[in-house]
Amino acid sequence: MTIAISIQNLAKTYANGFEALKGISLEVEQGDFFALLGPNGAGKSTTIGVISTLVNKTSGSVEVFGKNVDTHVYETKLDFGVVPQEVNFSQFEKVRDIVMTQAGYYGLPRKLAAERCEKYLRKLGLWEKRDERSRSLSGGMKRRLMIARALVHEPRLLILDEPTAGVDIELRRSMWEFLTEINNSGTTIILTTHYLEEAEQLCRNIAIIDEGRIVENTSMRKLLNELDSQVYILETTSQIPPDLDLKLEKASLEIIDEHCMEVTVSGGLSVNEVFAVFSEVGIKIDSMRNKTNRLEQLFLSKLEGND
Amino acid sequence: MFSNHKYIAFETIVIREIRRFGRIWLQTLVPPAITIGLYFVIFGNLVGRRIGEMGGFQYMEFIVPGLIMMSVIQNSYSNVVSSFFSHKFQHSIEELLVSPVPNYIILSGFIVGGMARGLAVGTIVTLMSLFFADLEIQNLFITITVVLLTSIVFALAGFINALFANTFDDISIIPTFVLTPLIYLGGVFYSVELLPPFWKFVSGLNPIFYMVNTFRYGILGTSDVNIVWAFFILCVFIVILFTSCLLLLRKGTGLRS
Repeated sequence: MTIAISIQNLAKTYANGFEALKGISLEVEQGDFFALLGPNGAGKSTTIGVISTLVNKTSGSVEVFGKNVDTHVYETKLDFGVVPQEVNFSQFEKVRDIVMTQAGYYGLPRKLAAERCEKYLRKLGLWEKRDERSRSLSGGMKRRLMIARALVHEPRLLILDEPTAGVDIELRRSMWEFLTEINNSGTTIILTTHYLEEAEQLCRNIAIIDEGRIVENTSMRKLLNELDSQVYILETTSQIPPDLDLKLEKASLEIIDEHCMEVTVSGGLSVNEVFAVFSEVGIKIDSMRNKTNRLEQLFLSKLEGND
Repeated sequence: MFSNHKYIAFETIVIREIRRFGRIWLQTLVPPAITIGLYFVIFGNLVGRRIGEMGGFQYMEFIVPGLIMMSVIQNSYSNVVSSFFSHKFQHSIEELLVSPVPNYIILSGFIVGGMARGLAVGTIVTLMSLFFADLEIQNLFITITVVLLTSIVFALAGFINALFANTFDDISIIPTFVLTPLIYLGGVFYSVELLPPFWKFVSGLNPIFYMVNTFRYGILGTSDVNIVWAFFILCVFIVILFTSCLLLLRKGTGLRS
């Protein structure tokens, strides 16, 4: 399997002495949809900055499709596109000009650039806005414009730094569909996000970064399998007896109020067995929901482990 | 990056720069034309009539080359410094830095963009000067060469200013406190023959003095400086500034953290 990106012992210390990266190493395979997760200031954007050459690394190496970004500057840059966290195009230029200019930077002849520009602006629902100045676009449109711009040279690797931050749910879902389509067509995608649900939905592999260190680097499936307990919030139509005891070894209960309780079910125990206990004591369940996003729970436990 | 790709990238930057100052022509092309027009009317016409001759020419004829050169210098500089700093300020420079465009192409693109504005304003001013003086170019080659080289020098200087600038104040300090005094003391309005020896020597340390006088030589056929020496100085400045810009870009000064 071809490695799309290989990062070895990457370290970055800023001029003010802040160590943003403390020797991280990770590899992303070609075709992967990879999530880089971490809290604010963990080092995600610095990692992307080093890959995209906007941040000078202190030590370590980065290879894109087997070529070192320091020694094969131009070849490696042709291979990736970057969608930054903050809007970084001129607010005074027209939508089409922004994408066409980007195509020009990558040496695309004008005719091909115009075709690609139309293709990606249409795919991202911006074609009707092509002659408008970018400052008139909504926040979501600006993000889509940055994705269209990053794709115009059709890179093999697309790096997205929190692409759906501040985007409404509907638009986020449509961006997920688009990114999945791009990934299915063969483009490797690396995504940083705060939305853990986003990573869970889209990504096959994941690395969690905290305080400049990789604290987990595995497949999403393996990571989720690590979860051996789930917490449910149950609302009841009947009153919950204050002395209610589930009498189950792998389940615990905490009463929140007389019609609401929190039940923790550990691995191996079926929810049906818990419900059977409620039937026995005559408690009718009105509704049930997961207390937390499963990945969020894991994510927090990984970060706690790093403290 | 293949050479045709580099050319497309270069062309893209130049077109973008020209489109930028063309889009805001009321800020970029009209004000310098009005300012220089006022110089023609006030200094050349009204005051100039009382001054009489300067360096063997009518005062209006004497100041026209200097004023054309002044507009070229100011606009070549300000186009690059304002455009490049705006790209930094809006972070749109990241589009370029992430792309495979080599540094020398980035630099050349901005320089040619600055030259385009400098020469556009220079042309407007030259056309306006025809209403005030009968210009007969004595040496077309020297006239064109010196204006091109001067435009390159100040576009490069503007680029360095923009690299180091962190605020909009930083891009107005150099033009206000360095460039304008150097231009005004560079023999635009007077011949250094009028100055006492000490100030004549000081004028010789001002590079703009050589540029203005060489341009004046191309148009009027008279100069306070040695033309060969002036071209040498221009070329030395271009080499030093171009190399400095490339080194700063390579290091990422003001651009990469």
